[in-house]
Amino acid sequence: MSLLKRIIPCLDVDKGRVVKGVRYVDHVDCGDPVQVAQLYDAQEADEVTFLDITASHEERGILLDIVSRTAETVFMPLTVGGGVRSVQDIRDLLNAGADKVSIMTAAVHDPDLVAAAAAKIGSANLVLAIDARAVRDAAEERVPGRWEVCTHGGRRPTGLDAVDWADRMAQAGAGEILLTSMDRDGTKQGYDLELLRAVTDRVSVPVVASGGGGNAQDLAAALSDEPEGGHAQAALAASIFHFGETTVGEVKSALLQMGIAVRPPSPSGEGASGAGPASAGS
Amino acid sequence: MSRAATVALVDYGAGNIRSVAKALERSGLRVDVTDSPAAVRAADGVVLPGAGAFADAMATLRSGGLEEAVKQAVEAGRPYLGLCVGIQVLFEEGEEHGLTPGFGLFGGRVERFPEKDAEGARLRVPQIGWNEVRFQGEHPMLEQLPERDYYYFVHSYRPVPTDSGVVAGVCDYGGKFAAAVANQSVFAVQFHPEKSQHAGKRLLDAYRSWVETRR
Repeated sequence: MSLLKRIIPCLDVDKGRVVKGVRYVDHVDCGDPVQVAQLYDAQEADEVTFLDITASHEERGILLDIVSRTAETVFMPLTVGGGVRSVQDIRDLLNAGADKVSIMTAAVHDPDLVAAAAAKIGSANLVLAIDARAVRDAAEERVPGRWEVCTHGGRRPTGLDAVDWADRMAQAGAGEILLTSMDRDGTKQGYDLELLRAVTDRVSVPVVASGGGGNAQDLAAALSDEPEGGHAQAALAASIFHFGETTVGEVKSALLQMGIAVRPPSPSGEGASGAGPASAGS
Repeated sequence: MSRAATVALVDYGAGNIRSVAKALERSGLRVDVTDSPAAVRAADGVVLPGAGAFADAMATLRSGGLEEAVKQAVEAGRPYLGLCVGIQVLFEEGEEHGLTPGFGLFGGRVERFPEKDAEGARLRVPQIGWNEVRFQGEHPMLEQLPERDYYYFVHSYRPVPTDSGVVAGVCDYGGKFAAAVANQSVFAVQFHPEKSQHAGKRLLDAYRSWVETRR
């Protein structure tokens, strides 16, 4: 017995609605993040992550309302990120029912924010998100072992080395690193295992792999502790679950067969079938 | 027993109390979310939830008279359920942000996980995720629970009891640690049943029946 690897569906939320299109079962309004979270709860996802991509800070109230409604009906861990700018933002989300809150751009602008937040709320609930892009030379060739931290959906490079940044923020008090490969995000070509290894081997906090997961084999590679694996503690995925290609339970069964220690799906009758919100939490 | 048993859910500003309240209600308990010592003394049971730092939690509980009220309820035999920080404050002292005295109901300290495991390999701290708890010993709660179950943890510190007899559940993270402790009126866990899906519901259901039989 020991700590298990986690599978985390991720929802992009804009002005209170799930975007990128989620269509899973017919009787669910799949634009409602609360209902989608209930669906993943029924499938026994290990956590769920909401990423708020709403541009305007004034619409923060909508997100807080969604987080509270989720926490009231879904008894699973919830991480919330996107647009988090201050210790007060973190507190508001935790009070609304988030278990962990992730910071990205605000930490780049103010590297002291993580330490300040960790001192106030502790490290365990504080996640640092990194969007990393492989560094290329003048001839557009990839520079081995170098990734740069980006903001604004990968469009704006910061000049920060992603591995150093992860290490520095973990030392400052971030309790987990959510590491997204912008080269792989949305491609379904598999996670950037080199990037994952570089970060997981450097930091001593858990790392969540993100960007590129297209099937159970990809997740297994990211989570594998073998020398050629990604060594990550959790794998985040969006589209493979949203489009009904597979369920969390099916992915977990496949991972167990590949020797990855995940929480096994419950015996049937306990909600492992992903029957939807009607049966969730009953 | 015409009305449901009522538990006082102690609100000391430690965040995320909503999930705990809803999860207890789902298990059939009436929940009084309160920061009033009188309400804590009056309830059929007391639930102390938590997230955040030991020192902050103790400062708030002490200044508001809640520590005394919780101890009185425990002495009166009302079932106490502690979650995360709610297990940690039961011990003599915690080392997060400097040494801080706790309730002292159990001997021992709350210590940070070591940096290396028993084999000398790096241990990632905090522990975040699902881990197995093996229950042991005798307690009314344990009669309702499986021998082992998976629960969700998110913590950097864990209790180290001086008396192994109080350990009701063991988990392994860089070595075995006490994930649950219990005595006649106390059952407290380091994990989050309110976030642990079916396994969590089983545990909160067991708490409800314990509270009901004690009433």
